[in-house]
Amino acid sequence: MDVGHTNKFACVETDACMRRKATIATRLDLRFVWLHDRLFRLKELKADMRKYSVFAVAREAMRSHKGWEQQWTSPEPRSSYDVIIIGAGGHGLGAAYYLAKEHGITNVAVIEKGWLGGGNTGRNTTIIRSNYLYEESMDIYEHSLKLWEGLSQDLNYNVMYSPRGVMMLSHNTHDMQSFKRHINANRLYGIDNEWLTPEEAKKFCPPLDISKTARYPINGAALQKRGGTARHDAVAWGYARAASDRGVHIIQNCEVTGIRRGPNGEVTGVETNRGFIGARKIGVSAAGHSSVVMQMADVRVPLTSNPLQALVSEPLKPIFPCVVMSNTVHAYISQSDKGELVIGAGTDQYHSYSQTGGLQIITHTLDAICELFPIFRRVKMMRQWGGITDNTPDRSAIQSVTPVPNLFVNCGWGTGGFKATPGSANLFAWLIAKGEPHRLAQGLTLDRFRTGRLIDEAAAAAVAH
Amino acid sequence: MLLIHCPYCGESRSELEFRWAGEAHIARPENIAEISDEAFAEYFFIRDNTKGIAWERWRHIHGCGRFFNTIRDTVSDKFLLSYKAGLPRQPVPGASETVEGDAA
Repeated sequence: MDVGHTNKFACVETDACMRRKATIATRLDLRFVWLHDRLFRLKELKADMRKYSVFAVAREAMRSHKGWEQQWTSPEPRSSYDVIIIGAGGHGLGAAYYLAKEHGITNVAVIEKGWLGGGNTGRNTTIIRSNYLYEESMDIYEHSLKLWEGLSQDLNYNVMYSPRGVMMLSHNTHDMQSFKRHINANRLYGIDNEWLTPEEAKKFCPPLDISKTARYPINGAALQKRGGTARHDAVAWGYARAASDRGVHIIQNCEVTGIRRGPNGEVTGVETNRGFIGARKIGVSAAGHSSVVMQMADVRVPLTSNPLQALVSEPLKPIFPCVVMSNTVHAYISQSDKGELVIGAGTDQYHSYSQTGGLQIITHTLDAICELFPIFRRVKMMRQWGGITDNTPDRSAIQSVTPVPNLFVNCGWGTGGFKATPGSANLFAWLIAKGEPHRLAQGLTLDRFRTGRLIDEAAAAAVAH
Repeated sequence: MLLIHCPYCGESRSELEFRWAGEAHIARPENIAEISDEAFAEYFFIRDNTKGIAWERWRHIHGCGRFFNTIRDTVSDKFLLSYKAGLPRQPVPGASETVEGDAA
């Protein structure tokens, strides 16, 4: 490589100087080769990911934390990819990660119209559990829960998975019968779930009001101890970093405006506001906007998009040790590690893409929270927001091939998609790579709306979950 | 909270009095026992879930109890029109009528 140093030394004629010049040139050459290589590798996203560890923290503490690298890169899109995933939420980024890690498919792009993790991944109440009633649901949510347990180590990223227990309050005989049915179904299937008396519930969660004169008295509770919470943003960031490290392109602020089809109807790529990007396979993981994206390929899916709201309080000292849900009065609450009480409301009744919701919905939830936990009556709420959930008629997810060749869809997670993130991503990657569903996701196909083999978790849960 | 106009009561009332009843103008097939499973799934489960202008049904359940239709923008949640059940699909107020082929 000619680095243009000869002119600088043109006046030097002696042998000694010539030798010196050659040595410098060699050093410069090496430097440039190294630099070029480094830049090239960065550009191609092959830069070695620096491992996060206690030693890394110590090392950076010694040099004013100037050595931390960007967690993922933002490359220009290639002209085509083996797989394009539409939607860079937890599910989409995770699917890209597992495609690279478990199926060896690294020529992958995740395309996002906004910013990474800015949809429902960043808007949910981070509850994790697997105590569903039907086998199809237990399969995928338990698969997910098992992945949650090792996710921080797998990604080398602290997703703050905290198995602090998810407690579901029973208020009447019907609740008790229903929860005990869940408990038995879960335990027979190898999933932990146990029944608590009101006194045991109070011991597990001291702020709970179990008095007989309470507005919503409780007669027991179901507890899944392995359930809990995780840090939602960290999940998106961790998957993005790990996927980027394996060569996946994450392309933000790039809105898909059309899906291009070949002569046999198969997908050939996506039109975006940054031009056409080719793809052999496309996976749609666009949550509340799945209907909109799928209609670009003339596929209609059985979804209704509804606003779902959540809110957090001002930060408090640790006071709330677990997650508590009440289906009957519709409230769920936990405390984040920052100290905020995280409270989820219900969906609005009408279909909407407004990313907001009615005030009466959150006041209804707060009424219930104040009755269940009188000590929180004077807590101030700090932020409130809405996301758009994609709900199916049976309230179970869809992960499926579609009538369009090489187009796959992962949607319908509705009000409970966060807990499914690792499991859904893992099995969606399998679906895209193999072209057929994994054993654990076999029941989630679009076909069930034709055959009638629905997974009726709507009747089983009766709550945003 | 939405403010919804009931064309039967002739009043705009709080959303609390109403129940959303899904997409409007979906006709039940007359020969429902004979249609294919695909056609039934299409009729029974598949909806447009429109982002933008949507025709939908509401029921004034805590008022007159009657079903009626509305046109609403599902991005702004703004109602553009309420009209009585049984009327054909109405044109979007202010939009060119030639666009709506089946407008009354």
